[in-house]
Amino acid sequence: MYRTGIEPPERIWWKKIDRHEKVWVWIAFAWCMVLFAMMPIWHLRGGQNPSGIRHRVEPADYQARVAEFIQEYQVGTDSGFPVVEPPPGSDVYLQATSFSWIPVLRLQQGAEYVLHLSSLDVNHGFNLYPLNINFQVVPGYDYGLRVVPNEPGEFHIICNEFCGIGHHLMVGKIIVEPADAEQGGDR
Amino acid sequence: MSLFRTCPTTGLQVHRTADRLIQANAVAATVALLIGGVAALLVLLTRWEVVLLLDAGMFYRMLTVHGMNMLIFFIIFFEMAVLYFASAVLLNCRVPAPRTGWIAFALMVIGALMVEWTMWTGRADVLFTSYVPLRAHPLFYLGVILFAVGALTVVGHFFGILTIARREKTYKGSMPLVTFGALTAAAIAAVTLLHGAIIYIPTFLWSLGLMEVDPQMYRLIWWGLGHSSQQINVAAMVSIWYLLGALTVGAVVLNEKVSRTAFVLYVLFISMASAHHLLVDPGMGPAWKIWNTSYFMYMAVLASMLHGFTVPAGVELGMRLRGAAQGLFGWLKRAPWGDPGFSSLAFSIVVFGFVGGITGVTFGTEQINIIAHNTLRIPGHFHATVVSGTAMAFMGITYYVIPLIFRREIAFYPLARIQPYLFALGMLIFSMAMTFAGTFGMPRRHWNASFTGAVFQPEFSPAVNLVMGVMAVGGLIAIAGGAIYIVVTVVSVFFGKKMAADDSGLGAEGRGLPPGITHPPRALVEEDRAALGPSGRLGPVPGTMVLVFIFLAAFITYYFVNWALLSFLWEVG
Ligand code: HEM
Ligand SMILES: [Cu+2]
Repeated sequence: MYRTGIEPPERIWWKKIDRHEKVWVWIAFAWCMVLFAMMPIWHLRGGQNPSGIRHRVEPADYQARVAEFIQEYQVGTDSGFPVVEPPPGSDVYLQATSFSWIPVLRLQQGAEYVLHLSSLDVNHGFNLYPLNINFQVVPGYDYGLRVVPNEPGEFHIICNEFCGIGHHLMVGKIIVEPADAEQGGDR
Repeated sequence: MSLFRTCPTTGLQVHRTADRLIQANAVAATVALLIGGVAALLVLLTRWEVVLLLDAGMFYRMLTVHGMNMLIFFIIFFEMAVLYFASAVLLNCRVPAPRTGWIAFALMVIGALMVEWTMWTGRADVLFTSYVPLRAHPLFYLGVILFAVGALTVVGHFFGILTIARREKTYKGSMPLVTFGALTAAAIAAVTLLHGAIIYIPTFLWSLGLMEVDPQMYRLIWWGLGHSSQQINVAAMVSIWYLLGALTVGAVVLNEKVSRTAFVLYVLFISMASAHHLLVDPGMGPAWKIWNTSYFMYMAVLASMLHGFTVPAGVELGMRLRGAAQGLFGWLKRAPWGDPGFSSLAFSIVVFGFVGGITGVTFGTEQINIIAHNTLRIPGHFHATVVSGTAMAFMGITYYVIPLIFRREIAFYPLARIQPYLFALGMLIFSMAMTFAGTFGMPRRHWNASFTGAVFQPEFSPAVNLVMGVMAVGGLIAIAGGAIYIVVTVVSVFFGKKMAADDSGLGAEGRGLPPGITHPPRALVEEDRAALGPSGRLGPVPGTMVLVFIFLAAFITYYFVNWALLSFLWEVG
């Protein structure tokens, strides 16, 4: 006869499984394989992957790289922050420190960039609002993500990793210019 | 006085030391729940923009207090009680080293007090994850270490009790499934606490300025502790599901092989758990992420999907064998919905599975994590797992532990009966609203989403703000449920009507005892199986079969909707 889970079963509990229970086991197993397969498939077919180019970087070196980047491509200022417009295809550097994102970026719709993220102090969180694209920003690591902005507009970067009492003040900005504004292309 | 007492309800031989250790750990857990609950209220009323109760500093402090007390102290103290119960009590065994049991308990209490002191005095505003290089007072880390050493000692003690029970033949046959489940929880705990030691000892030294800790390495190993410990919670919760099923409706185990294999699957791949939190981190590559986030091709998910079938199926079959065999869902209609143990069990399974499980697997997918990481979707997910699942199951079993172990009647019993309904409903609303707001990018761990004082001003749509209001209402309902739980347990334990040593409560009416004790499910006999007759097309548990397919459909839908949402974004890679 059946027992409950608090009664000791007979020694040999290696018994045949009911056919219907077995069906569920196999269906659940098959679904798990689908779950697993989806991730490699998306790497081959999908456009959004968190792979990136990843390496260690000294915060001081990263800071210097960002300064150089700003100097090279700065086109103005916005609320005291440098606004930077790098050419399509270039490497773009964003620096997170408590409690700001530097610089403000101006990108082209449809162009490809490598967006580098790193922090000079503690962990921060990159949340591109309102698109809801999220990445962890870890001090000592450079996370270079290939991005292609697919729509024009003004986007904000919200910090979503707790970084101290001014965490909620940590908001940055990315502006995406429509493709035809400068290129007059067909996108 | 004899070292043992005979439980008049179950006939089990209970070592009095086991009684006392269970009582002490359960009381400590309740105190932590109270502290964490007060913090929950303050944090909730701050995230509700209309009220914005606390200032920024206090918000993060209370969030730290909430996370530590709930996820670490409440849950782990309770699990220690579960370990003693599942070993010493269920196996009629003595507790071999009472002194060690008390030393372990003392270590845990001292560790917890050290952490409380640093948190409340503003020396540890780092949230419970304490990501390096955010720095807390050294006693914060030392407190965690002491707490973990104490817990590890209890785990060792538990293994000792199992060994002695076997050697002294205190039970016949194999150990019961519930004990087996607790054994897997303990095994996971051992591995987990080891990760804890590996990361907290260097971090403690770092806080004293004695060594360096790499921030990414910290995240990797910390989550080896942090996520594996969620697997302890799952294994403990599922054990309690089987326990509550047995106590309330005499749920049977369909197949020991399936249930036990599923428990073993939880243990096997546990060290991979850390990956869920690092999917959009710069430290690791895609192959590592995919392999680890799936725990070796989703074998832990498989385990949960098996228990998600076997537990309700056991309830269904147990009830059918006892005569509730009408139609697909006659057993559900006849179920003891007024028994707080049973309603807690039912809600725990449903919310854990449908909300917690589905969101968890979806968000833990490498790419989908891009649209979930650090948004409110994450707390939305885990308030449906560890709160609506584990904490809910713990609350349900308390209504049996009070009469069986504390030997008291439940005070305010009518309130206790509605408690699971309030808590489950509130948590359901709360966690779904959080998940929904997170879909629009609402960040977690964030004092003020109006960004008062920030240079740039993102604006959330009024719809999202409305959802945050719904979240607050759900949270308040859940807090009401939690408050009732605390009042009922504290009053019962300290002032409840005592039960005489030979008082089994059998057949009692109008007393503060759940029906599983006053009218326990009758023992099954061979004739019951014959009386049930042959099973139909859907097998012996047709109701559960239908339920799991509804679950699967919901799962598939939510999962692919999220891939679709992801596909609209910028290309990123
Ligand atoms: C009684 C009802 C509860 C309510 C209303 C509640 C409410 C909240 C709120 C509003 C947050 C903050 C979310 C954020 O801003 O990121 C939170 C975080 C959290 N809660 Fe709860 N909670 C409750 C119960 C619990 C329980 C029982 C547990 C654990 C067993 C728990 C574990 C956590 C954890 C681990 C966090 C994350 C803290 C962090 O991000 O550092 N909560 N809760
Ligand atoms: Cu930040």
